[in-house]
Parts: sequence; C-alpha cells; structure tokens
Amino acid sequence: MPEIKDILLGNQRAGARMIRLIEEGSPKAFPLLKQLYPHSGNAFIIGITGSPGVGKSTLMDALILEFRKRDKRIAVIAVDPSSPFSGGAILGDRLRMQRHATDEAVFIRSMASRGQTGGLSRATKDTAIVLDAMGYDIILIETVGAGQGEFDIASLAHSTGIVSIPGTGDGIQAVKAGILETGDVFIVNKCDRPGADASVHALTMMIGMRNRGTQLSNPSPKWTPLVLKTKALDGTGVDELADTFLSHFDFLKKNSLTDQTKRTQETLYFKSLLNDLTLEKIRSFMEASPKYDAVLKKIQTHEMDPISAAEHVVNTMIILK
Amino acid sequence: MGVAKYTKDERGAIKEVTYQSGIRVKPVYGPEDLKKAGFTYEQDLGAPGEYPFTRSIHPQSYRSRAWTTRQYTGFGTPEETNERFKLMIANGQNGLNVAFDLPTQMGYDSDHPLAEGEVGRVGMAIDSLKDFETAFAGIPLDKIGSGLTINAVATIMMAMYQAAAEKFGYSKDQISTTPQNDILKEMIGRGAWIFPVEHGVRLVGDSIEYAVKELPKSNPVSICGYHIRESGATPAQEIAYAFEIAKAYIDNVTARGIKPEDFVGRFSFNFNVYGNLWEQIAKFRAARKLWAKMLKTEYGVTNKKTLFLRGLFGGGGSGLTKEQPENNIMRGAYYALGAALSGAQTTALCSFDEAYTIPTPRSALLSLRTLEMLMDEVGLRDTVDPLAGSYFIETLTLEMEEKIVEEMKEVQKWGGMTKSISEGFIQRKVSRQAYEYEKGLQSGEYRKVGVVPTSESGDSPDQETEKTAVELHEYNQEWAEKSKANLKELRRTRDNKAVTKSLKDLETAARGSDNVMPHLVNCCHAYATVGEMAGVFRDVFGEWNEPDFY
Amino acid sequence: METTHKIRVLIAKPGLDGHDKGAKIVALALRDAGMEVIYSGLHQTLEQIVQTATQEAVDIIGLSIMSGAHLPICKRLITMMKKQGLDDIRLTVGGVIPYQDIPGLKEMGVAAVFPGGTSFEDIITGMNNLFE
Repeated sequence: MPEIKDILLGNQRAGARMIRLIEEGSPKAFPLLKQLYPHSGNAFIIGITGSPGVGKSTLMDALILEFRKRDKRIAVIAVDPSSPFSGGAILGDRLRMQRHATDEAVFIRSMASRGQTGGLSRATKDTAIVLDAMGYDIILIETVGAGQGEFDIASLAHSTGIVSIPGTGDGIQAVKAGILETGDVFIVNKCDRPGADASVHALTMMIGMRNRGTQLSNPSPKWTPLVLKTKALDGTGVDELADTFLSHFDFLKKNSLTDQTKRTQETLYFKSLLNDLTLEKIRSFMEASPKYDAVLKKIQTHEMDPISAAEHVVNTMIILK
Repeated sequence: MGVAKYTKDERGAIKEVTYQSGIRVKPVYGPEDLKKAGFTYEQDLGAPGEYPFTRSIHPQSYRSRAWTTRQYTGFGTPEETNERFKLMIANGQNGLNVAFDLPTQMGYDSDHPLAEGEVGRVGMAIDSLKDFETAFAGIPLDKIGSGLTINAVATIMMAMYQAAAEKFGYSKDQISTTPQNDILKEMIGRGAWIFPVEHGVRLVGDSIEYAVKELPKSNPVSICGYHIRESGATPAQEIAYAFEIAKAYIDNVTARGIKPEDFVGRFSFNFNVYGNLWEQIAKFRAARKLWAKMLKTEYGVTNKKTLFLRGLFGGGGSGLTKEQPENNIMRGAYYALGAALSGAQTTALCSFDEAYTIPTPRSALLSLRTLEMLMDEVGLRDTVDPLAGSYFIETLTLEMEEKIVEEMKEVQKWGGMTKSISEGFIQRKVSRQAYEYEKGLQSGEYRKVGVVPTSESGDSPDQETEKTAVELHEYNQEWAEKSKANLKELRRTRDNKAVTKSLKDLETAARGSDNVMPHLVNCCHAYATVGEMAGVFRDVFGEWNEPDFY
Repeated sequence: METTHKIRVLIAKPGLDGHDKGAKIVALALRDAGMEVIYSGLHQTLEQIVQTATQEAVDIIGLSIMSGAHLPICKRLITMMKKQGLDDIRLTVGGVIPYQDIPGLKEMGVAAVFPGGTSFEDIITGMNNLFE
C-alpha cells in the first residue's frame, strides 16, 4: 500500500502504486484519493491530442525537454488504445520519451484506454490528481482524439493543444468533429513538409470565424487560439509552443478563468463519481437479490427475453417515490 | 508444413501451396505457363553474363571460379581475431568478414559504462588504430579483401582500415574493403543505429563519395536485405526494401553531382538464403534482373559491369532452430545448395550453434566445409544456371519479379524509404508479419523439423542432445580489462593536442557539408578513439528516436 | 467499484544489442493475451529500465537479451531493483539463453526464463503462474 506522505513527497514508487490502484478500480483508492485531493489544484494541465501519425509522442518528448530547461517538474499521462479484441494493449508512447526516464523531475505513466472513447476516463482524472498532489508543475496528457462522453480533454486540462500535420486535412477534420471549440493552441507539426503554411492559414481562418461567432454572445475576455508550426523531431518551434502554453495559463489566471475552469471541472468530476457510485450501488443491490437470479435463469431457459427481463428487474426492484 | 503455407486434403495430399511472398504454386508446370506469362528467352533470360543477367552476371560463372566464402569472424581481442583470421585464410578462405563487438558497433570505447559486459563479446573490440594494427598484422591487405560488419560508424572503420593499411605500407588504391554501412536496414532490423535517419544517410553518402574518389578497389556499401528478412520480411520484401534503400543512397550521392554510372557498380548486397528452396532461387534470379533493369531505365546506367547485382547470398540464421541443433548442419547445407543454384558469387553460412552462441572454431569450420562440398564434390560448378528453362523456375522467377515490384511501389507510395523508416511504416509491417509467422510456426501451420509441435514424426526437442552438441563460447572478462588498460595507456602516450585538433576539424566537417571521411582518416592516424569520433557525431547529429512498431 | 486487474509488463531491451524482433513479437503476443505491455525501445540502460518499471508500476519486467550478457545484466538489475524497493516486481528474461544458465539465473532471483524458441503459450502461462 502506498503511503500518503510518500506520495505527497513526490516518491515515484508510491505515486505509481497509487495510480495502479486507481486504474484497477480498487476500493483502496478512494480513501487515499480523498486525502490527496486537497493537495491538488496547483499543476498546469496540458492536453495534447491529434490523430495517429501526427507525431504527438515526439512532440511530448520535445516539450518535456523544453519545460525541463525552464526547470519545471513534469508528469506525463500517455494514453494508448486498448485492443478491442483482447483488452490488452501495447503502450508505446513512452518509447519516444525514454531519454527522460532517469530524470527525477519527470514522471511518465502510460495508460491503456480500456474501452473509453478517446482514452479518457475518470481514471485519467484521478491520476492527474495524484500527479498534481505529488508536486509536478506541469501535467501533460497525450491522447488519440479529444475524448467523448463524460471526460473530454477540455474537462481535464487547462490548455489543449491539437496537433495536425500539413496536407492531411487533419486540422479541417478537427473543426468538423467539433474539436475546434476545444483547442487553445493548434500545432502544425512536421512543418518542413509541403503545405504547412496552407494548413496554418486554413486553421487561422477557421479560428477567426469561430471567435467572431462567440465574441458577440460572450463579453468576458476570450483567449484567441494560436496556430504554431513545429518540427518536433529537431525541436523547431517547441520553445515558442511552450511559451504559448505558459502564457495561456497566465491568461487564465489573470482573468480568474482558472477558478471558473476548476468549478466546471469539479462539477463534472462530481457528476461522474455520482454516476459510477450510483450504478455500482444499485447493481450490487440488484445482483444480491434472489429475484435477479430467478430472472437470469428465465433468460437462459428462454422463458423470458432479455429486454423484458431488464425492465422487470428495474420496475420491480427500484421504487422511486 | 514448411516455410510456405500448405493446405492438405483429408488423405494428406497437398492441395494448395502459397509461398511467403504470396505466390501460389501449381502442382504441374508446362510450356503453357511460360506462354501465359509472356516469357521470352531474349527478354527474360539472355545468355549468362548478358543483360538482364537473370542467369548470372558472369558468362562462365562457377566454371571460371568457385564462389568466394566469407565466414563471419572476429571476437575478443584484436590479437585473438588476428589468429582466427590467419586460421581461416590457411583453411582456404579468400576474404575476411570481420565482426565487431557491440560497443564498437555503437560507437563507444571499451571503458564506457554502456560497454560493460559487452567488450569483445560478439566480435572484436576496437578502440583505436592500435587495435586495427594488431588485428590485421601479417594479413596481405592487397590480396585479401575485408568485409567490415559495421554500420552506424562504418565511416570510422573504413577510415581506420585505410589508416592501418597505410601504416603497413599499402596505398589506399591497393586495398579492398566492404563495410556493411547500411544504416537504413539497421533501423528496420538489426538495431545498431545511433544517429537520426537523415544524418545516417548522409554518412553513407559521404563514404560512397569518398570511395568513388579515393578508394578505387573498395565497395563502400553492402545493402542488407538479409536482416530485413530476419526481421520478418517476405523474400519479395527483402529484395524490394533493399532496392528502395539503395535508391535512397543513390539519390543522396547523385545530389552531390556524381553520376549513378560512376558509383552504383560498387554497391554490393547481402541477401538471405533462408526459406523455401524454389522461392529463394527465383528470388535471386529475379533480383539480378530487376536491379539491372532499374539502373538502366531509372538511372540511365549503361556500362554493363555497373549493372551487376553483386553480393553475398548466404547465412540463413532465421532458419536455425534451438531444438536439435545438429539439424542445423543439414539445414544449412540445403540453404547453401539454394545459394549455389542461384549462382551466388559470394557466400557464407550460419553455423549450426548460432541459435545459442557465437560460432566456435569447430562449427565455423563445418560451415566452410559444407560450402566446399557443393563446389568441389557434388558438382555445382559443372554448368551455369542449371535450372534455366524449367517451366516452374522461369514462371516463378517472373512472378517473383512482379511481387518485388509491387512491394517497391508500396514504399514509393509511402514517400520512399527514408520516410517509410522514420515514420515506422516498414517496421510496423515487418513486425506484424514476424508475429503472424511465429504464430503459424507455433500452431503447426508452418513447419520446421525438430520443433514442436511436430506431430508427424513424433520427435520433440531434446535438451540432452542440445547440451552435448553445443559447445559454448565463453565470455572472457579479461578482454575488457585488457582493452581498458590499452585505452588508458593510449590516452597517456598519444599526442593529445593532435587528437583534439583532428576532432575539431571533424566536428566542423560534420556541421557543414564537407565530406567527413578525410577528417576521420586524420583522426585515426592521430589515434583518436572510436568513442571520441562517434562522440563528435553524437553531439552534432543527436540520436535517433525510434518510432513505434505496432 | 468494479475492479479490473490486468497484468502490466515492461518489455525491455537492455544494453547495446539491437535485435528486437523477439521483444516485439512477444509484446504483441502478450497484448493479445490481454496484458498491458510497455515497450522500452532499444539501447536501454538498467537505470532507465528500473525507473520505467517504477513509474509504470508493472508486475513483470521481461528482458530480451540476445548478446549473451544475460548473467551480468540480470545480476546488476536485481541489485538495483532491490535497492529501489521493487520487491513485488517479477523479473523474467528471454532471448539467446543456454539451458545451462537457467539454474544460475533462477538462483540470483530471476522468476522465469524463456529461452528463444519458447512458445507464446508457455510464456503467457509462465507469466500468469507467477501470481498464483
């Protein structure tokens, strides 16, 4: 069992074991998480998302290097998809960041998406709390896709970078998928390839349109997303990217937007917990009932169809007043 | 069954055969197959020694000269390697194939922390010119050619070979060396890479340019389909990827204003002989033809000799089994037969114990004898390209050619070899195939004799036989101690000012676009160490960050 | 809470040897057996491997060694793991390992050895058995 004091001291072994408990949905996780929560809220959380092949992991590697130059302590959550067939996964993102493995101010944790679209689940949120409480200044979260459902990247991160490459129309796709709303920084990586400037131009135009649309309805100060070119492989443009993220964070703080973000995120977190706990409670209650077994048997003997069975259980066992 | 896919009917008769490259084989071939494929003698075969060289690059092939054998040698200290070289030459070997230990291959000196436990383990440890002087002492470098099995720092070893020869009084136009120097295949398969892709290719380009201008008898690059095949590529991909790699190097050198005609004749290849016998033979015949065609049509090469696909066809490491290692002796003989029937110019054979250890003198000699038997005893030298005109072989050769072209087109679609490797396209494809193949082997879909599950003959791996059959090559900690002591002494006694200056010049060249080779030769003469020279490159180029593979 | 235990494995290539086919195909096989596999990439120092195992809180480290240096590598790694307090992580090793060396490896604390040629099934079963 990891000790709270070790986690708070930033002990990687303790933190890693805590994250493991979270990931496995262990009942041991909650009591610890409750104690850690008050110590979180200080880190700057950055989400990095984009399609496979745009060079996210390489960009992460370059960003770690850049933030380390500025003496920041960095934690990374790298989410890779689980195999839909076996439930297993190869977590290879860290492969690109291995040169930072022995840097004591860097903590890299790979996570399998375990069936969550976009790879983001409450476990990601909980993990971020642990890393935050461990005292990392910046938490980078890398995912394929921006996430859907309960936790999208914006509900986890203060700042979201959307990575695309020239010529693939990825940036445009992002807009169509509604991700444009989420992006605070747009990154055209592998910018030495033909079409980089055209990609930057197209993205800039679209951001302009988005902002005109929202500026009228929302009078509060608004961050204008920036479009940046990088070549992560040799670090080109990465210093500017780091600057941009940091100035976005400053912007949020200056305009008290971090508090607002925090409130929104806390509400979301609360709702998500509510869902999980409620479901868990009701289900275990139902499963303990003899009625449940009886109905299950009827399904197996084809006396009852599963739809009617589910309706029957819910209608007879949950009586809401 | 076998390394091809076989489906059988309920009585055990073979219904379908599909080779790894994806070619279906019919039960019987006849004249109609050649007709259907549009085969003509003039266009598809021609006389041996004539374009497109399908049959042979020499008109008389083995009639005029048996193949050259090059067993992989070198381990421990330069002294021991030197002894082994002399033994191999006394036993009739006419070229050397030098193995280096991992620290040397990775550009680290013997006293580097990462070298711990590895000094002299898989080849000889080279730290400075001193070691080359010892290793090649008494070897007639004007008569014996040397293959240097090194890639990421091949430029350094090439420079060192020249420097050593010069110390012995040979001039650089007398010596013949073939460094492996194929960094792109390391990135697909063997893993001994250091620098990022584009810098790796630039170093290869530098060495080719230098050889064109300064080393008339040396072949600066040996492109290794071999290791690509070992990593899980099909025979067709082995050739296709090797040719696409060759194109990446050609493009780098021609961009320096040198005509392909002036250097492609110095390329050599290293291909694998592991696999289905017929598929191997067709592969080599198709490869000779395609290479010549490609150089002629795409690069405007006209000189006949420049169109030759030269190289070493041999090895077969992937075919070796750990179970019943003695079976590998027979297995190797069949692979060698395939190489001989394909008209291999130069060959080498993996030793039967290579699944465990680096070859012992006994097993290395056994491989050499196996190769001799084919040439001197059972008649492989009798006539050129004995299988020519076979309905099956000629049809298969044409089909193989088609498959290779298909695979090359895919690489081109990905944006060429350099990009395919830096993006990981090739690595992903090859490792997925390796996984599928291994699963097939384990399920019995493919078969290697003596390997479970092998229900047909009821044999099973026998650890007892294995223990007695294989004599292990022991690692000797003294090698490291000796190398470290030598290094210390060297650093104390050499002219360190000259070393620093030569390294500074090297750095300037590396940062700019000057060819690094002459500077490396200077560094070697000044007794700069491998670690110091590679260190300059590490500082200037950085290190490669490999892409994912799944 | 619904608990989901999955075995997490670090497949690592220590040292300078670059033959990674075995490591890669084993990683794929373990994934297909439902495990979560972290792949270290090539040319790893033992320090990198220990740190990675720590941060990823893996259950198993699977070393792939083809250079013949398995004895000194495992010995040093075990010492480092002990020092780091990674007492609950099992060390396994595969690659070019002569049968003669297996007892020695086991004695120094290697939990399981999978010499080249071991079937995927045996590796998967072997790894699962480490937790019984």
